[in-house]
Amino acid sequence: MVRDIELTINGQARSLRIDDAAILLDALRNDLDLKAARFGCGAGQCGTCAVIVDGEERPACQLEVGNLEGKQVTTLEGIGTAERPHPLQTAFIELQAGQCGYCLAGIIVGAKALLDRNPSPSRAEIAQALAWHLCRCGAHNRILAAVALAAERMREGVPA
Amino acid sequence: MSVPASLAANPRLDRWVGFETPGRVRVAIGKVEYGQGALTGLAQIAAEELDVGMHQVDLVNPETDMSPDEGLTVGSMSTESSGASIRFACAEARALFAAAAALRLGCDAGALDIVDGVFLLGGEPSGLDYWSLASEVDLVVAPTGEAAPKSPERHKIVGKNHPRLDLPAKVFGAGYLHDLAPAGMLHARVLRQPGFKARLASLDEAAIRHAAGGPIEILREKQFVAVLGENEAAVVAAINAAEQTAKWDGARDLSPALSETASLKELPCESFPSPVPPAEPSNRRRHTAGYSRPYIAHGSMGPSCGLAIFDGDELTVWTHAQGVYPMRALLARVCGLAPAKIKVVHAQGAGTYGHNGSDDAAIDAAVIAVRKPGKPIRVLWRREDEFGHEPLGTAMHIELTAELDAGGRIADYGTEIWSGSHTGGRGRCLAETALELPPAPPMIQLTLPGGVRFSGGILNAIPSYDIATRRVTEHVVQAPLRTSSLRGLGGPVNTYANECFVDELAELAGQDPVAFRLAHVTDPRARLVIERTAQMCGWADRGEAGTGRGLGFAYCRYRDRGAYVAAAVALCVDTDVKLERMWCVTDCGQVINPDACKNQLEGGMIMAASWALKEQVRLVGTGIASTTWDDYPILRFDEVPPVDVELIMAQDQRSAGTGEVSLGPALAAIGNAVAHALGARLRDLPYTRERIARTLLAG
Repeated sequence: MVRDIELTINGQARSLRIDDAAILLDALRNDLDLKAARFGCGAGQCGTCAVIVDGEERPACQLEVGNLEGKQVTTLEGIGTAERPHPLQTAFIELQAGQCGYCLAGIIVGAKALLDRNPSPSRAEIAQALAWHLCRCGAHNRILAAVALAAERMREGVPA
Repeated sequence: MSVPASLAANPRLDRWVGFETPGRVRVAIGKVEYGQGALTGLAQIAAEELDVGMHQVDLVNPETDMSPDEGLTVGSMSTESSGASIRFACAEARALFAAAAALRLGCDAGALDIVDGVFLLGGEPSGLDYWSLASEVDLVVAPTGEAAPKSPERHKIVGKNHPRLDLPAKVFGAGYLHDLAPAGMLHARVLRQPGFKARLASLDEAAIRHAAGGPIEILREKQFVAVLGENEAAVVAAINAAEQTAKWDGARDLSPALSETASLKELPCESFPSPVPPAEPSNRRRHTAGYSRPYIAHGSMGPSCGLAIFDGDELTVWTHAQGVYPMRALLARVCGLAPAKIKVVHAQGAGTYGHNGSDDAAIDAAVIAVRKPGKPIRVLWRREDEFGHEPLGTAMHIELTAELDAGGRIADYGTEIWSGSHTGGRGRCLAETALELPPAPPMIQLTLPGGVRFSGGILNAIPSYDIATRRVTEHVVQAPLRTSSLRGLGGPVNTYANECFVDELAELAGQDPVAFRLAHVTDPRARLVIERTAQMCGWADRGEAGTGRGLGFAYCRYRDRGAYVAAAVALCVDTDVKLERMWCVTDCGQVINPDACKNQLEGGMIMAASWALKEQVRLVGTGIASTTWDDYPILRFDEVPPVDVELIMAQDQRSAGTGEVSLGPALAAIGNAVAHALGARLRDLPYTRERIARTLLAG
């Protein structure tokens, strides 16, 4: 059913007149001009569209906007920007953690959700948290190292 | 000095380099970026030769008529072929500018230094720079081949790490073709034929419109069906309904047995027997074994995307295909337009690792756009389109025969290969079949210098050792589905088979596998990577076979002329294979960007591990059954082992690519480690739980 829906995305109220069964990923990319969450599979199997909803990492391709009113949605754009990078983004660039990069937006979102609940994860814990995210280029080791580096810096007080 | 091939084919310096904007250097390259770091390395070469800073280089986004034509970005050849050309072009440009500066200053050109594009005389700014001289130096000239590039010991930018130019955008959520959305754009999806001979018997347009739930347009021409509209979700719902309700005559009906490599020998094929006559009967020790890899998918993270607009006269297409000029040629044929009326612009997509759906998605968009003038058309393949309709990496079956002489040396080595085509899908697309266009022109038979036939199936067909008698027979099989290039073509698969077989031969000869390899190779560069890898992985402390823990080793010189690569893998096996650590040492000649090379080598090792342990495309009925990540699993974060990569910096040697070179040695090192762990050998990839159990039971 098409109706007015009020979403909270990256801390901002965003109003949409949209079918309440519309998929969040489509709304982000096509209606809200937030392109960081990417279409990868449409089935919640690859992680390229990951967002954070009330602290939980979720695939945006599996969420209907009608169920998100009153919830806090965070996309990569809300985590950091080129002008104000999050320590995760700084670490990913510093360690050149990525190749084609298509998986990175979702992975950085997943890493943010992990560090919010566990500020000093082990390599195994990072790998476990990111296990549902696929990376085809084989940048896994650099990504694991970048998440660990960001965690270390944040523990030392680098602002997120 | 002779001019490198790409420069000779685009013989005008201004096509490669220019100084139109003060303080900036325009560098145009015909290769495209897909995350492999090629463009950063090429920019480093340009900055080095011109003595400008990396921050001053503006790389031209690859586009027809704006970039030199360097064909496809394939074969780990960008740094070698494009790099040589950009180096020469920039050296020539530098020499022309230095001569102009010397004339103005009344000095010898050799007395001038350049820093950040500023000419220095006696260490002081001369008042001249590239930009102040630009109006008097004509770059619309052919290269002379006379300017000498810098010698490697003077390099300040080449050979040093430089962060990839493409990465920051990606880390902040931008940078892909998939993000482009021009005003008025229509989303589109295409219904695919279930086989090249399938004809659409009926299409329930009412059901499709009902499923869409909003306005859509259905475009139907012969067997080509597309759905388009402003609302992406409606278009997706419509194409899903179209797929469910379309009735086809003559659809493919594939037996699941075709998924297995045993089927390759039963299929029609064209054979290219070894020119070496059959072996005379001998009393030497003879050993034979067969190895295989099934059909595999490129498995790009992002399904393919194409964007096109036709203004009634000119067609503009944005694509993440591997080359803008080959794409223009294909578009011209399929859309019936003159190449001069087609502009192709590269925009990045997800990694392709070869010929995936990239070309097809761009053609799909263009085919629709020329039928809907004035509207930007964006085609995004669904995940099941990418898995279900991209060209596959072909299955291969390899039978090896070798004879050891009395001293335990390999005296005679024969390889017989059954493989689908590794390059035959190039220059063809799905839409042309659906539109029933005249047959595509026959593929050009590729020949190497010396008139030798090129085939992706016979790359590294013989292991990289000093072996006197070598026999290679190839059977190019008509695969049941479209196959085309995938990272390394047949090279990694042949290296997998050969390097596992070399371990078998070492055992037969009663020798240590590393010592056996060293006994067969004299090239000091080969010996260095082998010895260093053995040292890194603790080969000297390798335990007994059959304990459940394994350490495996492999070596290869890529395509017999490229990088020297050795790899080792430590793992354990119970019901499954668990990778513990991987090592790789590579000598790829002159290194442009060491960290970018390591990134490629690491990624290659991990992709190889994924092939080795997990990947197989399943065929059944109308086509490919494995169309989701659940059906086609790849290696995950919690399964990836640490990888140690070391580069030999051979800066005085010709550069060789690294994008494809680590896969073969990694595959074989896994095979050898599993054999060491089990005390029994698996030869058919992937090493699934069922195959491990069967091998143990047979032992």
